[in-house]
Amino acid sequence: MPELVIRGGTVIDADGERRVDVAVAADGTIAAVEPEIDATGTGATVVDAAGCVVAPGFVDLHTHLREPGKEEAETIESGTRCAARGGYTAVVAMPNTTPAIDSAAVVRQVLDAGRAAGLVDVHTSAAITIERAGEHLTPMAELAALGVKLFTDDGAGVQDDRLMRRAMEYGADLDVALAQHCEVEALAAGGHMHEGAWSSRLGIPGIPVEAEELMVARDLALARRTGARAHFQHLSTVGSVELVRAAKAAGQQVTAEATTHHFTLTDACCAAYDAVFKVNPPLRTAEDVAAIKVGLADGTIDAIATDHAPHTTESKELPFDQAPPGMLGLETALALAITELDLPLAQIIGLLSWRPAAIVGIDDDHGGHLVPGRAANLCVIDPAATWVVDPDATASRSRNNPYAGRTLTGRVRHTIYRGTPTVLDGEACR
Amino acid sequence: MKHLLAIDELGADGIAEIHRLADAFVEVNRRPIPKVPTLRGRTVVSLFFEDSTRTRLSFETAAKRLSADTMTFSVGTSSVKKGESVRDTIETIEAMGIDAIVVRHGSAGVPWQIARWSSAAVINAGDGWHQHPTQALLDTYTALGHLGSLDGRRVAIVGDIKHSRVARSNIAAFTLLGAEVVLVAPRTLLPPDLTDWPVRVVSDLDGVLGDVDVLYLLRMQRERMTESLVPSLREYARRFGLDRERAARLGDGAIVMHPGPMNRGVEIAGDITELPNVVVTEQVANGVAVRMAVLFWLLGADPVPTHEEEPADA
Amino acid sequence: MTADDLRRATWRMAHEIVERNHGLDGVVLVALQTGGVPIAEALAAALLEIEGVDVPVGSLDVAFYRDDIGLRPVLPEAVTDIAFAIDGAVVVLVDDVLFTGRTIRAALNALADYGRARAVQLAVMVDRGHRELPIRPDFVGKNLPTRRDEVVDVADDGVDLGEMVK
Repeated sequence: MPELVIRGGTVIDADGERRVDVAVAADGTIAAVEPEIDATGTGATVVDAAGCVVAPGFVDLHTHLREPGKEEAETIESGTRCAARGGYTAVVAMPNTTPAIDSAAVVRQVLDAGRAAGLVDVHTSAAITIERAGEHLTPMAELAALGVKLFTDDGAGVQDDRLMRRAMEYGADLDVALAQHCEVEALAAGGHMHEGAWSSRLGIPGIPVEAEELMVARDLALARRTGARAHFQHLSTVGSVELVRAAKAAGQQVTAEATTHHFTLTDACCAAYDAVFKVNPPLRTAEDVAAIKVGLADGTIDAIATDHAPHTTESKELPFDQAPPGMLGLETALALAITELDLPLAQIIGLLSWRPAAIVGIDDDHGGHLVPGRAANLCVIDPAATWVVDPDATASRSRNNPYAGRTLTGRVRHTIYRGTPTVLDGEACR
Repeated sequence: MKHLLAIDELGADGIAEIHRLADAFVEVNRRPIPKVPTLRGRTVVSLFFEDSTRTRLSFETAAKRLSADTMTFSVGTSSVKKGESVRDTIETIEAMGIDAIVVRHGSAGVPWQIARWSSAAVINAGDGWHQHPTQALLDTYTALGHLGSLDGRRVAIVGDIKHSRVARSNIAAFTLLGAEVVLVAPRTLLPPDLTDWPVRVVSDLDGVLGDVDVLYLLRMQRERMTESLVPSLREYARRFGLDRERAARLGDGAIVMHPGPMNRGVEIAGDITELPNVVVTEQVANGVAVRMAVLFWLLGADPVPTHEEEPADA
Repeated sequence: MTADDLRRATWRMAHEIVERNHGLDGVVLVALQTGGVPIAEALAAALLEIEGVDVPVGSLDVAFYRDDIGLRPVLPEAVTDIAFAIDGAVVVLVDDVLFTGRTIRAALNALADYGRARAVQLAVMVDRGHRELPIRPDFVGKNLPTRRDEVVDVADDGVDLGEMVK
């Protein structure tokens, strides 16, 4: 007996596109995928997908849930509710919390809170170095055994070349991704936006593209030597994309992500000194935006990430150079991709779903193939629906949404997490 | 509400209007009683998050000579240091009933934020590296007093352009008034990207000395040494400082300007600050008249929208 | 009023100024910007011919002293120029048209900032009535009854009456 039937939609997954209904069993797995599933008399919940696309649930490699430490900006529950509203069924939490996610205790705390919220699978990353201070490695093997699939000091890059080499060497045996927020502090320190024409005009200290590109180049070199699985977080420059493209062309096994804002917004957004547009890496130029789009199209960049980074209104009202960097992203990612990327929907879904899932090795449960027996992690999206972004219409505790007032195309209608609806008709139902 | 946030918002006409008003206030300042009742009952708050006694005194003198009430919100001793947000500060001050806020802040853009939150007129008295519009208004006013017109005149701005709000505002102001601006600085002291800036850039002061009408020397902050932007003050002074020998090579009628306070022996040699073509003291004096003009332009020259129209006078 | 009327009125007012002050000792003219300036110059020329005395002429802009600042656009017309001492002088304020009296009130306040005059007198070419303050001219070219919404234009070639254009 199916518990839930998704009727009338078109499935798009790694196997292609087909007009089928999807039945979900009581244990949260997919029971059947067939052209017509009649739910009459079964007592099953019927989820309407007419005119919509049924896709594997999305996976965000880069989510700041702020818990523990900054619960006024976001909690694991509010952040994962945002994720559900965005069509996600799994997120990878970033480790720059307070305390940092650098020990078994904090890893367990985050995983437990994620399970308690029950809205998506919360996977957590862990820091590469203790307290993200760039000095001593975290107990990577112990944390990997708890389920950590991705290590990063996100919020900062590991500055010490030798320490990063050690992390890659040590991590190479652990089946984890060594992810980097690429930013050379010596070049970036004191900067608050992209260094260029706008920063010059606005009198805001800039962050040059070289701050990112030098570390991308270093990590590519170190990964070649160590054989570690290097993953490049939120690439933002023409040069970074070119470096990764060249490395992949040379056969190097590395992966990269780009955020939605780095393919939709430019440094010109900072002109009014609204710190909602302050983010790190900073919004760059139109040429950089174009390069990110090409990188997503040609496979250089493997995944779209959100870098969902909630901040309270109070902190975003600080002077531009004092406000914290970061912007919300989970609830707008799909629509931005559909609106701004000139790519087939199947490719967009791949960038949001099975490709990031593969990077952290959770593609058995998320993304890929909607076939009987697999966990029913999926979303129903209306790729043609248009809507206007309202920062107040959010599940987040924060409002730092840079797309206020923008009209976007493509909307998540329903999200099913392990067989249970988390979002129905656009509204969180759990 | 009208604000004065950046020079380019004024345009050439706006600058000319303020300069014309300044003429009238220069006359007021020459009177035995240099005070007019124009802004009686208006309150002007100076809100200086960054110390600048000179600029604050200039604004407060201007406000007082217009008979406005002045309040000083001294950030050093206030709750701002205890973590109160700028927005809370603004809302608190506003509740007291004020007409204008003169704001100085170390961060670029803060006057724009305040203008969004406040119903008072906001005057930018310097925001980070970004803008210092009243400085540029008084500098162009002073230069016009000597040169008559700035159309086609050549202005060299020398020194730390990168970190200078004075430079950014003056480049805009001198250019709007028809002058050609050349920046004289090493690359380390230039903004990283000058695309669309209406300027020429050179690194050799001696090459331009003979054919400038205005030599504008910027203040060289000592902390730039520790950032290795220049190797030493001595080397800076040798390349970009004005000494007696260089001053002698300036053309007839050329003037030397500086926003103050001067680092004698760095950007300008101590023994030439008294030369007649060094107009620094005049800049300071004009500062009061120009700031009176700005306050009058914002608070007096236009109708307050809430009042009813009254019978016209002949 | 024609140009000839204006000239005759100027001469009469000049004579009255001399008569009232028993000569021109200490007398100075201060014209209100901008309408009073040509009239003050004409008066000064007449006084020179009548008494052989070159009376100092200054000009005063009262924009900063008006009582309607903030009610309507107020900008100074021209820079005040008083190159002589006001202390102890007999100041004859000169304007083209006297109407509500508010401009003269502002002028009296402005004048006080330049010093303490021995006496202040008021000469106007046209008094059109409708006073709103207790102000009275000492020397008048012509009393011209008007409606409140009319405008009076004093030019070199005479005085015109027109409808106020709002």
